[in-house]
Amino acid sequence: MTLILAAIAVPANTIFGVLCALAIVRHRYPGAGIVNAVVDLPLALSPVVVGLALLLLYGRGGWLAGHGVVFALPGMVLATIFVSLPFVVREVVPVLREIGTEQEQAAATLGASAVQTFVRVTWPAIRYATAYGIVLTTARALGEFGAVSVVSGRLAGETESLTLLVQDRYQSFDITGAYAAAVLLALLSMATLLLMTRLKPKEGTQ
Amino acid sequence: MIEARGIVKRFGAFTALDGVSVDVPTGSLTALLGPSGSGKSTLLRVIAGLEKPDAGQVLLDGEDVTSTPTQSRGVGFVFQHYAAFKHMTVWDNVAFGLTVRKRPRSEIKRRVNELLDLVQLGGLAKRYPAQLSGGQRQRMGLARALAVDPKVLLLDEPFGALDARVRKELRIWLRRLHDETHTTTVIVTHDQEEAMDVADRVVVMNAGLIEQTAPPRELYDHPANEFVMSFVGPVNRLGDTFIRPHDVELLLEPNGSTQEAMVQRLVHLGFEVRVELVRDDGETLSAQLTREQVEGLELQHGQIVYVRPTRQTVFTD
Repeated sequence: MTLILAAIAVPANTIFGVLCALAIVRHRYPGAGIVNAVVDLPLALSPVVVGLALLLLYGRGGWLAGHGVVFALPGMVLATIFVSLPFVVREVVPVLREIGTEQEQAAATLGASAVQTFVRVTWPAIRYATAYGIVLTTARALGEFGAVSVVSGRLAGETESLTLLVQDRYQSFDITGAYAAAVLLALLSMATLLLMTRLKPKEGTQ
Repeated sequence: MIEARGIVKRFGAFTALDGVSVDVPTGSLTALLGPSGSGKSTLLRVIAGLEKPDAGQVLLDGEDVTSTPTQSRGVGFVFQHYAAFKHMTVWDNVAFGLTVRKRPRSEIKRRVNELLDLVQLGGLAKRYPAQLSGGQRQRMGLARALAVDPKVLLLDEPFGALDARVRKELRIWLRRLHDETHTTTVIVTHDQEEAMDVADRVVVMNAGLIEQTAPPRELYDHPANEFVMSFVGPVNRLGDTFIRPHDVELLLEPNGSTQEAMVQRLVHLGFEVRVELVRDDGETLSAQLTREQVEGLELQHGQIVYVRPTRQTVFTD
C-alpha cells in the first residue's frame, strides 16, 4: 500500500512541482504571491488537519461526498500528494531564479519553440534540483502518517500504509510485528535514498 | 532593413521608449549609443521580440513582425552576459539553432566547424562555457547567433563585461567580421568610443528618445544638441559655449582675443597631455595638447597662460 501511494504521489508531485515552480518564477500574473504561499501550506499545516479537511470535503455530508474517496486509495493518495507537495517546488524555484531567463531568451532567438527550450535548456539546468526534490518527496510520502491515518479508515490489509501498520501492531502489543514493519519502512527509505544517489552522478555527466 | 516606428514601451511608471522611430539600412553596422536607462537595450529587445512594445511597429525587410514571436523573426541576438548554455559544449552551443531546426547532421557539422574557425574557437569545440575566458565566451555567443543565418544581428552591450584590452580587440575583430559577412547589425553600447570605432551610423539615445542619428564623424563635428556634444566626447562648458579640449589653444603672451588662466594640473596620458586650467574669472576648463606642445611651451604647474578657443559651439534652442 505504501509503495502504491508513493508510486502515484511522487510522479504526480514531480510534474506538478516543476510546472508550479515555472508558474511561480517565470510568469507574472495577479495572485502569483498567493500561489507561492499556498504551496507552502502543507509544510505549515499539521497533517492531521489535512486529513480532516479531506474528510469534510469528501466524507459523509461533504461537498464532494460519495465518490469512494474517503476510506479508500484515492483519499490516501490525495492526502499523500498534498503533504509532499512543496518539496519539488521548493527545490526547483531557487534554481530557476538563479539561472535567470537569458538562456531561455537565447534559445528563443535561435528558433527554439517553448517545448524545445524547456527540454534542451531549462530541464538540464533544474534536473539536479528536481531529483533532490523527488528524494524528499519520496521520503515524505513513505513516512506520512497523520493525514493518511485520518482518511484511510485503517481497514487492515486494505487501506493500511506501512506507517499505520507500525502503529497498529504496536498498539495491539505485537511488538515483533511492529518492529518488522518499522524495519521494512526504514529499509524502503534507505533504498530510495541510495537509488537517488546512484542516479545523480549518472545525470550529472558534465 | 530594420524599421522601428513610433515604439513606446513602459515598465510600470517608467517610460523606457517614448515613441522612437529608427531605420537600420541593410548591410549597415549601426550603434545605439546612450547612457544607462536611455532605452537603447529596450529598443534592441523590442526589435528582437524579447519585449512587446505598448505601441508602434517593427518591420524586418518590409514585413511587419510586431506580433511575430522571437522564434520566427530570424534574428541573431548576442547578450552582454553571454547567455551560454552552460551544460552544453561549445560545439553544441553553436549547433543549437541548427539542431532545433532539425537540419541534416552533415550540414550542421560543416556549418559549425566553419563558424568555430571564423570565431577562432576551432580547438575548443569540446570545452564547456565555464572553461572559456569572457572573450572566448562572447565569440562563441556570436558564432551561435550567426549559425542560423539571421536576417539581422543584434548585440546588447556585447563587450560590456570584458576588460578594456579584450574589448578593443573584439571590436576591431567584430568590424572585420562585419566587413566580410555584411550582416545587418545593431550594437548597443554606452561607450562612445566603441560606437564611433565600430559603427557606420550612430543613433544617440537619451531618456527614451533619439537625440541624433549620424555617421560617427558628423556626430562629433556637428552634434545636434548639448546632450550629444557632451556625450560623444569630453567638452568644456563655459556659459552657453561648448569647447572641445583639443580646440583650446594655449599661448604664453596675451594677444587681445585671449583670456588669462592658471595651470592647475598636468596629466600625462602617453602621447597626449591634459592641462587643467582655471581662468581668471574662476571658470575651470581643460585643454588637450600633445607632448611636444607642452614641452615647447615649457608648461609648469601654477604657470599663467593665455587661452583661446580655436573652435567653439553654441546651441540655440
